[in-house]
Amino acid sequence: MQLRWSTILLPACAGVFLLLLWQGIHLALSEDYRFLLPTPGAVVSALFEHAGPLGRAALNTTYGALLGFGLAIAVSIACAVLLSLSPLIRASLYPFLMILQMTPVIVVAPILVLWVGAGLKSVIVITFLICFFPLVVNTTQGLISTDRNLVELFQMWRASKLQQLVLLRAPSALPYFFTGLRIAATLAPIGALVGDYTAGSSAGDGGGLGFQAIIYSSQAKYPALFATAAITCVLGFLFVAVVIFLSWLTLRRWHDSIERTDV
Amino acid sequence: MSPRIVVELADVSKRFPSGPLVLDRLSVEASAGDFISLIGPSGCGKSTLLRLIAGLTAPTTGQVAVECEAGADPLSSLAFVFQEPTLLPWLTVAANVEAPLRIRGVPAAQRAELSQHALELVKLSDKAAAYPRQLSGGQKMRVSLARALALSPRILLLDEPFGALDELTREHLNEELLAIRQQQAFTAFFVTHSVSEAVFLSNRILVLSANPGRIHTEVIVDLPYPRTAEVRQSRDYLDTVAQTSQLLRSIEQPAA
Repeated sequence: MQLRWSTILLPACAGVFLLLLWQGIHLALSEDYRFLLPTPGAVVSALFEHAGPLGRAALNTTYGALLGFGLAIAVSIACAVLLSLSPLIRASLYPFLMILQMTPVIVVAPILVLWVGAGLKSVIVITFLICFFPLVVNTTQGLISTDRNLVELFQMWRASKLQQLVLLRAPSALPYFFTGLRIAATLAPIGALVGDYTAGSSAGDGGGLGFQAIIYSSQAKYPALFATAAITCVLGFLFVAVVIFLSWLTLRRWHDSIERTDV
Repeated sequence: MSPRIVVELADVSKRFPSGPLVLDRLSVEASAGDFISLIGPSGCGKSTLLRLIAGLTAPTTGQVAVECEAGADPLSSLAFVFQEPTLLPWLTVAANVEAPLRIRGVPAAQRAELSQHALELVKLSDKAAAYPRQLSGGQKMRVSLARALALSPRILLLDEPFGALDELTREHLNEELLAIRQQQAFTAFFVTHSVSEAVFLSNRILVLSANPGRIHTEVIVDLPYPRTAEVRQSRDYLDTVAQTSQLLRSIEQPAA
């Protein structure tokens, strides 16, 4: 993981340029329409003005995203181990995984509200549903893509199925797992937000950023709405950054992908 | 040298499901200390023969017997070296050598001792803490060899282990392999495409013909051990290489 000046300076320059462009567009609009695009400055001051509710909402969303993400990781690993056992199991269950992935959250949300009630539980389940698929597919692929010669060596060494899983299949699946994890990390905050938007609840200060977005748009507090979007963005970056760091920590010494990756 | 038979293949045939006959009623007896090279055109079943001895695949007909202590698993006296190094990339060199010992439940202290000794044999003690991707192709192959040697096998099966290496590295490793054999008496089966390699290493060369695989001729290499690099200049060595090459060409020609 090398940091070159270009990896920092270039995006920084582009960022400054985009902010100026943003400000310029705002000024170019006629007075009546400027509310459509609040200036960067207005968004920042809205961020401070609504720091209390936004902070609380961000924490709630982070909490829901983390729990849903964690649940997805745990369940997907268990499922991937099961799916890796035989092609028959994969053939039988894959269509249902697809169905799970294809069903839109918008439809699932009201059902979830019916089953577990609006609020954190629904948010967790929706985050789980969104994160689960890339995790289980990638991890399963990793567990079944073990080098055939290595599998034969383990057979010759009379390794048990469990030894083969722990000492061979699981480590060689790690790069695949992290690919899935990276995709899921980008989806987790979005999942929590959508969950909050469609099945959230503000009872007992439990509302998240999705809920906050509903409130600000109904109250026409557009700078605050933009501030909510900015926080969501940062949250997504944090999730991905943590995953990339973990993957670097785990794979740096032995996996070729790390030296080449500059993401 | 006692004529004790350590590997016996009796009338072994192998046919893969819905495939051609790979090996046709083949019989081989290997005595303790034999270094047997298997050479022949592609498709003659050299590798299949090794896999049969290793128990990785079962014969369609016939018997494969490998000597082992009464009641012991015959696999415990075998070690296999593939054409690729097949190392575990997430483990250090030392941990790679220890991997099979770990699976067999050898205690950690003994494991460390065995892997250290095996790495000394292949002259890689200084790379014990390195990861496979930091090694050259020849070094990786040495680790793979050390991993096999650490098991103190009675029978070492090598499937074109040096096939992907350059000529010079290959010759060095051949010399080292023979030097190691002076210390660790194992019986070897060695699959190769290189006649000179086969002559340099072996006391017996089985020349196989293809479709189906049969033993065409057995070449006895009468050069005394220990053999060193100078052997490659000797008259007997060069003659044997020439004869064996000619023999191999005579088999491969009809197919071409």
